Amino acid sequence: MDLRKQQIAFYTALLFGALAAMGWGLKTAGIQGAMFGFFASFTLGGGLMCIWERSVVRSAFSLMATFCGVAGLFILLGHDFLAMAQILIYVGGILVLILFGVMLTPPDLNERQLPRVGLGVVAVVGALAFVGAKVAAVVNWAQAETLPPAETKAEQIGAAFLRADGYVIAFELAAVLLTVALVAAVYIARRKPSDLIDLTEEGGY
Amino acid sequence: MLTNYAPVLILLGIAVAFAAGNLIISDLLGRKRLNSEKATAYECGMDAVGSARIRLSIHFYLVAVLFILFDVEAIFLILWATNAKAFAAAGVGSFVFMEITAFVAVLAVALAYVWRKGGLTWDR
Amino acid sequence: MSMILIWLLITVACYGAVIGTAALMTFAERKVSAAMQYRYGPNRVGPFGLLQPLADGVKFIFKEEVIPAGANPWIFKLAPILTALPAMLAIAVIPFTGVIGTFEGTEVLGSIANPEIGILYVLAVTGVGVYGAILGGWASNSKYSLLGGLRASAQMVSYELSLILAVLAVVATTGSLNLHEIVAGQSGWFGWNVFSQPLAFVLFLVCSYAETNRHPFDFAECEPELVGGFHTEYSSMKFAMFFIGEYTAMVVMACLTTTLFFGGYLVPFWADAPWWMGLIAFGAKTSFFLLLFIWVRWTLPRFRYDQLMHLGWKVLFPLALINIFVTGLVISFGPGAN
Repeated sequence: MDLRKQQIAFYTALLFGALAAMGWGLKTAGIQGAMFGFFASFTLGGGLMCIWERSVVRSAFSLMATFCGVAGLFILLGHDFLAMAQILIYVGGILVLILFGVMLTPPDLNERQLPRVGLGVVAVVGALAFVGAKVAAVVNWAQAETLPPAETKAEQIGAAFLRADGYVIAFELAAVLLTVALVAAVYIARRKPSDLIDLTEEGGY
Repeated sequence: MLTNYAPVLILLGIAVAFAAGNLIISDLLGRKRLNSEKATAYECGMDAVGSARIRLSIHFYLVAVLFILFDVEAIFLILWATNAKAFAAAGVGSFVFMEITAFVAVLAVALAYVWRKGGLTWDR
Repeated sequence: MSMILIWLLITVACYGAVIGTAALMTFAERKVSAAMQYRYGPNRVGPFGLLQPLADGVKFIFKEEVIPAGANPWIFKLAPILTALPAMLAIAVIPFTGVIGTFEGTEVLGSIANPEIGILYVLAVTGVGVYGAILGGWASNSKYSLLGGLRASAQMVSYELSLILAVLAVVATTGSLNLHEIVAGQSGWFGWNVFSQPLAFVLFLVCSYAETNRHPFDFAECEPELVGGFHTEYSSMKFAMFFIGEYTAMVVMACLTTTLFFGGYLVPFWADAPWWMGLIAFGAKTSFFLLLFIWVRWTLPRFRYDQLMHLGWKVLFPLALINIFVTGLVISFGPGAN
């Protein structure tokens, strides 16, 4: 198969998978189930695109679907604060970082041309089988219905973090962790002045 | 809770339909007389030299890292900000404020470090 | 079923109002700038040239679209949508007016949706607007586009931080993330947040200009350096979509400024004004900030890029942190604290 046909086949399969998931959700759990299928197929489809796409930038960008899908799932679970934090940090921040990081690497003009279909299928099926087995072993499916609704407000999370009997230590350690990450980033960025000069000579910006 | 977001979904549908619909209509109705000259990248009338996929300065990367770190900080601060009045009313305002001050102070030190190292200077 | 009808009605009304205002803004921009320069501006299409945006739209639809050679077609087509969508989605939580009435026991509010975390939703959604610039610039396969896109995105993430922190100060004084509650918290004499949070207001205003890539921060499209920035290679409706996105973002930011700092739909000296009065008050306040966008554009010179980064990181960001600190100090130890 040539590249174009492969692409068409892949995206058609993805589309039908998503439609099937939504239909199945609609049949079993009504509108909410359909929404679950929608967001879940976004999440998984983004991940699949990430390993399928041949251009690194497109790979990185497809993660956006994954992150948005996860945010949607959070909303379905009744936790909109987490969903918004997910979008604010992952979509608004980390994905930008990944894209910048990809653009920092030497330009990959020919794009990856490897016919990785066979390997990809093996990897996906293997991972699905492994995760499926694990999940089936761990999850008690009947329990989900009896769980209380997970409506946690931002206020409650804040109180849990900040009250003296809460997670204060973890909260403060988060600041230290962030600082360490920052120092490391500056160290890498400013390690060798020659790196920067090298870029200028290449016509880099 | 979920009914809060149902109208957002409607809005999403309308917005996607508007944006994509406009592009598709324009795609269908617009005239097409493409030639190879038109398809070249704009470079003030000159032929483009080299590739447009150039490597970018590490500075952009640093800005993105800085953004993520302080973004996470902001999320933590939002948790405090929504509760600040409640804490003050409950009498634990000063204690919580100390916590937040310590949290922000650590990150302020980090900011000062980056500043000192010239990470905030856009010199090139 | 009928609740869905009400949702649909309000959604379409709010969306139409904002998009209509955005379209009118393109006209107002040209008309006001013309007035400031002793010109007439557009005056041929319709009375006073009012139909100009419509004419522009029709023209854009029929224009040829050029996709440059070596461009990444799908991302190239997706980028304009990614610019417009976040701005349009942000409309969802803006409180245009208060309680309109009750329907089947539930209150119908003057906003499309009313989630508890309203302002966080706006911040999260507008943050996604960066991708239009990055991907549009990258996919065009042109140096000007790439540089413009990178610059715009770095600028947007830098100023978004100070924007979030400025909003945080307001959230702390109100104690809620819900936009209707933030508005309700501003009632009374000198109750507007602009009086209690003047610094946050200035920070928010400056950052909202940078977020929307407006003058004096319009590095995404600074013509003397980068031709058109990340939309250099775009044509026809895709080009227009970038502008629909930009103008919608402007309207959203003006609405937010009103909501957060100027009492939103509250009518001064009239505590229990009817909802349509609130709508008028909201419109009046927002129009002022929309005009301010244009006014600033034709008054201030453009920054240089290093000055822009300097201002964002070394002036606004520390100021925002200090503002939060002082706000926290007052809330925790000031009057009202236990």
